[in-house]
Amino acid sequence: MSRFSRYLMARIAASVLAIVAVSMIVFIGTALLPGDAAQAILGQEATPQALEELRNQLGLHLPLWQRYLAWVLAALQGDFGVSFSSGRPVIDLILPRLANSLILAGAGAAVTVPLAVGLGILSALYRDRWPDRAIGTISMLLLSLPTFLTGYLLIKIFAVELGWFPALSMVRRSTDLMGWIRALTLPVIALTFVASAHTMRLTRTAIVAILSSDYVMMAEIKGLSPARVILRHALPNALSPVISIAMLTFAYMIVGVVVIEVVFSYAGLGKLIIDAVGYRDLPMVAACGVVFSVVFVSLNLAADVLAMLANPRLRLAA
Amino acid sequence: MTRATLSAVLLAVLVLVALTAPWIAPHPPSSVVTGAFADPSAQAWLGGDSIGRDLFSRTLFGLRHTLGIALAVTVGAALLGITLALVAAIRRGWLDMVLGRLVDTLMAVPQIIFALMVLAVLGVSLPTLIGTMIVLETTLFFRVLRPAAGDVAAMDYLEVARLRGEGLAWTLRREVLPVLMPTVLAEIGIRFAFAALFISSLSFLGAGIQPPDADLGGLVRENALAITVGKLAPLVPAFVIALIAIAVNGVVDGFVRRHAIRPELLP
Repeated sequence: MSRFSRYLMARIAASVLAIVAVSMIVFIGTALLPGDAAQAILGQEATPQALEELRNQLGLHLPLWQRYLAWVLAALQGDFGVSFSSGRPVIDLILPRLANSLILAGAGAAVTVPLAVGLGILSALYRDRWPDRAIGTISMLLLSLPTFLTGYLLIKIFAVELGWFPALSMVRRSTDLMGWIRALTLPVIALTFVASAHTMRLTRTAIVAILSSDYVMMAEIKGLSPARVILRHALPNALSPVISIAMLTFAYMIVGVVVIEVVFSYAGLGKLIIDAVGYRDLPMVAACGVVFSVVFVSLNLAADVLAMLANPRLRLAA
Repeated sequence: MTRATLSAVLLAVLVLVALTAPWIAPHPPSSVVTGAFADPSAQAWLGGDSIGRDLFSRTLFGLRHTLGIALAVTVGAALLGITLALVAAIRRGWLDMVLGRLVDTLMAVPQIIFALMVLAVLGVSLPTLIGTMIVLETTLFFRVLRPAAGDVAAMDYLEVARLRGEGLAWTLRREVLPVLMPTVLAEIGIRFAFAALFISSLSFLGAGIQPPDADLGGLVRENALAITVGKLAPLVPAFVIALIAIAVNGVVDGFVRRHAIRPELLP
């Protein structure tokens, strides 16, 4: 087995371990609660017989580890149980919401990545001069703004005062392309504000590291023009970190959408988990949490793997 | 004045206001003094909130809650995270490995999702809220300080300390910690700003401080509806949160520059 595939296996194993750990914490926590699922489904007025019957049906008498295994096996087949609050299968409620969240995060990444990576490269090229300082100050300000402040400011200006976009980003299956664009514009701008600072900093650090390497100095000493040094010598090596940063930005967005979705009442997975936390609809919280974690962990894994594939030195030496 | 000095002054003002809130607030935070979302008046300087309580007074108390929780979380996580990171770096062995794995696992999950799941299971109360945040912040302290402490622990003078028979507590406090102090202080500042934003987000999402008490994030949540009718009520507490983060980040930034800490080491 090559070093690369060994590294790949180790990374995948660590990712799976993280998800297993999360699912265990959630499952055991849920199981230890006073009042069980049967109680939650039937409510306080349920007769003891009905409770007992449902407990048998749900397998609540089995030992904890057996119930956990059964839960995991069902979850792997897409069965996350039934939502306490609506009585419908959790998976049916989650899938459309997940699609909406991925659309929002994807649109956010499509805007943020070129913009923030471009600014990060600019910042690195002019390091310690005024463009770098200006970009650094702006990114510090952006890191200090709570997401909902940006969101509500955008709503106040562009939805309430100017009326260009709707204040609530409602989307349905029947929404047409223009409707989607109108609904997504403000949330995507808000997401860009949230995530750009992070992406700019990562890019700047990566590019500065390349620009201060020996071979770039060598190219400069040889007397090559600055444009040639950057385009032919530095940028090809920047590909690997930039790909990785793009994936990390996407992963960051998947989490960033939670607050944004609540601000704009956008029907995504973030809004779903928040509503579920409000009702203490535990099967729903657990399923949303696991789905969020799986997406987040997979994107981080993809970031590492793609960065390695794009860099021959890492690919061969790892 | 430099940016760092300005930030320090701003931070001092915010802390002073939070400490003296019960004396300088014109009204008790829960008494109704004007109409719902009323415009600013002599009675209520920043107008009324969703049920006509004084928004200005509630913001002062909200600041108190936000800074108080951020402080409790930061102190708890700093004590725990710094101790664990330094002990792991000095002792190595199985403890180091277990802690490293545990932190990696916790960091692999998005923090806000982790917090929401834990709070949904345990129920939201002040102890569970602060406890959950301390666990999450401890992992971040550990992540930054463990490698830094590892570099220090590998130095020759620590070999000498070991040969002299110095105990773990002494080595930690007198040999390793002083060298790491600038990094530790910068990290405490960053984590404090993060904790303030984090508790604000949780409260905004409804999983933080519960009504009738409200921290700044809770105030944004309570008054969110006002924005669609063109009122500014939710923007006031949200702006104060931004001020906290800007002030703390400004102070940290100045400190990092002065002590020449490599900014790449900081998130």
